[in-house]
Amino acid sequence: MYFLAAEGGESTHNPIIPLWQEIVVGSVAFAVLCFVLMKFVFPRMEQTFQARVDAIEGGIKRAEAAQAEANQLLEQYRAQLAEARTDAAKIRDDARADAEGIRQDILAKAREESDRVIQAGKDALAAERATIVRELRAEVGTIAVDLASKIVGESLADEARRKGTVDRFLSGLESTGAR
Amino acid sequence: MFGQANVLAAGQAAFPPTVEDFYLPSILPWGAHDSYWFTKITAMVWIAVGVLIIFFLATYRKPQLVPTKKQWLAESIYGFVRNNIAVDMIGHAGVRFAPYFTTLFCFVLLTNAFAIIPFFQISPNSHIAFPAILAIISYVLFNYIGIRHHGFVKYFKNSLIPPAPWYILPLLIPIELFSTFIVRPFSLAVRLFANMFAGHMLLLVFTLGGFAMLSANAWLAPVSVLSWVMTIALTFLEFLVICLQAYVFTVLTASYVQGALADEH
Repeated sequence: MYFLAAEGGESTHNPIIPLWQEIVVGSVAFAVLCFVLMKFVFPRMEQTFQARVDAIEGGIKRAEAAQAEANQLLEQYRAQLAEARTDAAKIRDDARADAEGIRQDILAKAREESDRVIQAGKDALAAERATIVRELRAEVGTIAVDLASKIVGESLADEARRKGTVDRFLSGLESTGAR
Repeated sequence: MFGQANVLAAGQAAFPPTVEDFYLPSILPWGAHDSYWFTKITAMVWIAVGVLIIFFLATYRKPQLVPTKKQWLAESIYGFVRNNIAVDMIGHAGVRFAPYFTTLFCFVLLTNAFAIIPFFQISPNSHIAFPAILAIISYVLFNYIGIRHHGFVKYFKNSLIPPAPWYILPLLIPIELFSTFIVRPFSLAVRLFANMFAGHMLLLVFTLGGFAMLSANAWLAPVSVLSWVMTIALTFLEFLVICLQAYVFTVLTASYVQGALADEH
């Protein structure tokens, strides 16, 4: 260095006086650097930072939405479960009530049936009795008339039929019997 | 550079080092002493610019949400300046200055770092022209921003008239004028330049001193070795200064911009 400097015979430099050539070179070089970095690199970094923030915030939002949805679903399921429980209870109650009703129905029907059977029996009995009474009445009348005819010696049958004597007598008999 | 080492080994190097050691002969035309267009210094500036452009363009060609290692590195540099300098000093409005501050920080850091990178071993910032350019840009930047933000009159009123009793103002206004509008660019430029100049000079003194002692008397060899060990130690110190000065330059620029934007004095 030294011997080169000595060879050149250059006048001494003052270190605090800038060389204008270096100012020109430095300005151009630094301008190029600023242009490239400030136009093509750092704005993209800001964009990337922003995208990253968005991604994280979006992720949080999505998670919150999912959480909310899950909570809502849970509530819904709980409500449905409670509803199902009340339904089940209601169905059980209904079934119990139905069973009771059916039992009552069956009982009532059975009672009705038995009543009906009894009534039918009674009716049949009454009818039979009435028939028998009617037959007996006719027979008693005939027998009485025949007996009276034998006693009297002539046929009173037509007379008796004509005048209803026997019937009247029997009716009177019945009514006194009923009384 | 190898020639340099031969010179050193032959004991021909001059001791003590002088200012002329900072002005290397030109590369094109080779060896000329009055041509400054293409010297080791300007070449280093272009290399710094090229390295930074290539690094950032390569790492940020296809940015991804989940960064790769290189992308993470580039983002960390930008994020450091953006969050720890721009936003810390200026507040949220500082984000729009972050690209310039980061460019400035990277440029100063890398050109400073040449001071201790083997085969470069001198920082372009030890030539005042480069710190001066950066300081002028900072000066124009903060004044422009202040004037645009407040308007011409209000900006100068804000900057020059501190909230003080009227009778002290005749004293304060010249001080404010001097410190804000005259000293600032010089202090910025000179601080960086002087640090890098002194750092290079220190390394030269200890390196060349070792050779000087060795060639003066063989019995001084142990002291020469001590001198070179000191060179290594000072290289670590130089590393600290390199980072610190890049940081300080950026922080001061941010602080000036913050002062220009501030509503109160």
